[in-house]
Amino acid sequence: MILTADHLSFSYHKTPVLRDVSFSLSQGQVLCVLGPNGVGKSTLFRCILGLQKGFGGQAALDGADVRQLSPRELARRIAYIPQFSAPVFRYTVLDTVLMGTTAQLNLLSSPGEAQERAALAALDRLGIAHLKDRTAETLSGGERQLVLIARAMAQNTPLLVMDEPTASLDYGNAIRVMEIVRSLASDGYGIMLSTHDPDQVLRSATHALILSDGCVRSFGPPETAVTAEVLSQVYGTPIQIASLPVGGTLQQVCVPAGQTHIPNTERKFAWT
Amino acid sequence: MLGRYPVNPGQLLPILFSQPLQWLHSHCSWVPVPEVTYPDAARTAVLLVRLPRILAAALVGAGLSAAGLCYQGLFRNPMVSPDVLGASAGAGFGAALGLFFALSRPAIITLAFSTGLLAVAAVQAVATRVRGSPVIGLVLGGIMIGSLFSSGTSFLKLIADPDDTLPAITYWLMGDLSSIYFREVRFIAVPISLGLLVLLLLRWRLNVLTLDEDEARSIGVDTHHLRVVVILCSTLITAACVSVSGMIGWVGLVIPHFVRMMAGSDYRITLPCSLFLGGGFLILVDDLARNLTANEIPLGILTSFVGAPFFLYLILKEGKQT
Repeated sequence: MILTADHLSFSYHKTPVLRDVSFSLSQGQVLCVLGPNGVGKSTLFRCILGLQKGFGGQAALDGADVRQLSPRELARRIAYIPQFSAPVFRYTVLDTVLMGTTAQLNLLSSPGEAQERAALAALDRLGIAHLKDRTAETLSGGERQLVLIARAMAQNTPLLVMDEPTASLDYGNAIRVMEIVRSLASDGYGIMLSTHDPDQVLRSATHALILSDGCVRSFGPPETAVTAEVLSQVYGTPIQIASLPVGGTLQQVCVPAGQTHIPNTERKFAWT
Repeated sequence: MLGRYPVNPGQLLPILFSQPLQWLHSHCSWVPVPEVTYPDAARTAVLLVRLPRILAAALVGAGLSAAGLCYQGLFRNPMVSPDVLGASAGAGFGAALGLFFALSRPAIITLAFSTGLLAVAAVQAVATRVRGSPVIGLVLGGIMIGSLFSSGTSFLKLIADPDDTLPAITYWLMGDLSSIYFREVRFIAVPISLGLLVLLLLRWRLNVLTLDEDEARSIGVDTHHLRVVVILCSTLITAACVSVSGMIGWVGLVIPHFVRMMAGSDYRITLPCSLFLGGGFLILVDDLARNLTANEIPLGILTSFVGAPFFLYLILKEGKQT
């Protein structure tokens, strides 16, 4: 399964949010989307997931336009992992994960044994099978994120889209979630995720998509797409990339390199 | 057994089975003709007065509880009751209109049922034209259309004849089951069972519908269509209930809440539980309404009397747990 975005553009109330965005994602890849707040990452995800239909250009799964696919057909190809889920009603972890199997069922049926096995396998794969009877409000932020990942795995799709999976996690949990992302990619999942941490991109991505003002600033393997020059320009502050010898290999890390040159009064922050 | 005409428990079963046995006798000759061991008045009290009333209480209680439970999931809000989309206000207006023009009872019920459906259809039409979240559109439309119909009812009360029409409207709006006949039970049984059947079949999807809009769609549920179906079913049920029983408050709020506290949120469990508990609860409260005092207390008043403090208790208990 290949996801392709071809000259995708989107305007919200005539204000352009995305312009001419093109990229592709295959199974086994980790595509990280990097860019400042309010650059259109969430909008891009909603377009790809078929939740936002009025866009220009094309977004396609194996050549089939996402706007032509029914929610059920889409849900069998691509799964969405929201940044967080705030359910109003209390569901157990197992029930939450079982909801991921809904697209495999016909309209009137409930999950059966096969679905339950898939849900338990997903929980097991992430090492949280012991949480299956707990309810969401008794879990930590990291555990909740894992439950949402398990739900997407139970959905049994070749592609996963994660909206800032590490945004609300502490440093250790963020590292663990990114390890899981890498190991899922080596299992054959194609994963697209947004992040605010360029170090994660350098460490975990096979491809990087850097957005700036709704346009693609660079796209490709991190070695070529994520450079000090690009990062400094996109974030408007000097950034350098250093190589550190860690455990016998060289790891690349970003470091801020000096004062921001734009006066604070003229720098506009966009909050999302 | 209880009531102004006491029926001996020993006579109850023969009376209840007299008709099916008679029917069996006419088809298979080996079934004996049922022996008549009870006075005729007892038969009338049980079969024509109390049985339809009990059936209606069960149907209305089950219907309102299920509709409340489904609306709560749909709106992702446990504080929603079945009148959220104006079905009750609409049906109330229809009944008031029927009483105002002194229509026959079947005509009043039909009119109430139709205006209930009409009110929700209007809300749905408004909601599709509201930009942004479809759920917000429904809530706002429900408040608006509901208050429109309520003011219509108030106006009818204002111009109604204070000697007979006004009390009739007022009494009807309080909600009671005292003048139920079999043909009315039959009339509401169709929409209520139809709605309940569809909701029961969709019970798993109702779980997914409680999630965030984007999440539910990306899981593969066509939220737009499912929402319309759930609203249609819940509205059929609510309008049918209100059209024969008047405004019976709190059942659709308290029972689902109680069930969720006891059994969690999974609709595969809560929906059937709400049906039985709601039906049982209303039969019980209706028995109280009949027997508590010499004159009947309207059922709607009693459900509020019982429901509101019970709901308060549930909320306080829940607060202690978390």
